[in-house]
Amino acid sequence: MNIKILGTGCSKCANMEKITREAVAKLGIIAEIEKVEDIAIIMSYGVMSTPALVVNEQVKIAGKVPNLAKVLEILKAEL
Amino acid sequence: MKGLIILLQRFADYVAYTLFGLLPSSHLGAAIDFFIYDTIKIFLMLSIIIFLVSMIRSFFPAERTKRILSHKREYVGNILAALLGIVTPFCSCSAVPVFIGFVESGVPLGVTFSFLISSPMVNEVALIMLWGMFGWQVAAIYITTGLIVAIVGGFVIGKLKLEHLVEEYVYNIKMGETELATLTWGERVAYAWEYVVDILKKVWLYVIIGIAIGGAMHGYAPADFLVKYAGKDNLLAVPLAVLIGVPLYSNAAGIIPIVHVLMEKGMAMGTVLAFMMAVTALSLPEMIILRKVLKPKLIGIFIGIISVAIIFVGYLFNAIMG
Repeated sequence: MNIKILGTGCSKCANMEKITREAVAKLGIIAEIEKVEDIAIIMSYGVMSTPALVVNEQVKIAGKVPNLAKVLEILKAEL
Repeated sequence: MKGLIILLQRFADYVAYTLFGLLPSSHLGAAIDFFIYDTIKIFLMLSIIIFLVSMIRSFFPAERTKRILSHKREYVGNILAALLGIVTPFCSCSAVPVFIGFVESGVPLGVTFSFLISSPMVNEVALIMLWGMFGWQVAAIYITTGLIVAIVGGFVIGKLKLEHLVEEYVYNIKMGETELATLTWGERVAYAWEYVVDILKKVWLYVIIGIAIGGAMHGYAPADFLVKYAGKDNLLAVPLAVLIGVPLYSNAAGIIPIVHVLMEKGMAMGTVLAFMMAVTALSLPEMIILRKVLKPKLIGIFIGIISVAIIFVGYLFNAIMG
């Protein structure tokens, strides 16, 4: 699974990364987690509000930090 | 609403005069009574109104606002952008992607600026605080003049043809398309509630400190304390208020209770408005963030135009309300 966290380095983005890593660890899955800070790449996903969560190249969440349960739900749906 | 206010006042009276045993005629008694009443009132208003505003906002993500504004002409575009600035959720941390997204999808530069001016200036926390402390009339004046500043400011920037002062790379970015799932009502409620908690966490301390300082001044400072310095006859008061307002960014919550007392002690209405607008619209952190997409000259022009507009609003209201 490929997971990207889009964000230009605000505290919310760091928070999203932390929660995502937690979720991945909890599910015990192998996933590549990438933090994308390049604005051109962020925009190429059509995202205008950061942080955003991209799973397997699909934007799942934009503009807010989800809670752990929400991320677990999203990741499970992709398994 | 009336009943609730009376109930609140009784509660504050009870705590200050019965529980603490203070005299209503004493400075300390009046200050404590004022503090309890205002704090509860403001927190109630913040919770209820931010919740409602967030519900509305869940229908206007930036992606949708962008689609509405794309290829709009000036005039109509500026007015729409200023209005959408109120309902589109926006934090300065997203200023760069929002700016690029707007420009990329063909929103004219001036229209984009109308949005960028209105969005932080006409914000719900400032409005609720103004409404709670000064009454709805002042909040309405603030919204109206704020929108006009945003519309005119954006329009002027558009007319100046400053597209070359946007960093070149912005024009090379190609934006992807993404369809975010529509939210269910349950998700909207959850979003709104999270937002309320988020804002309250951010502002509660400022609100309490602001009301405490306001309460102390209310009880102790003489009534005409500021007439000489900040009354309408001192022409320097408006620009000075704007200068003082700039570094106080985003602390509208704590500043309004203090400003309320300043007005009681003789600060003129126009000066109050100009000060509030400077606090919300001219923020240093946002300018630093916008530097990523705007050349320094354009940031300078942006700050200059808003400052002039705000100072004008200040003088205008001092003239007509004096």
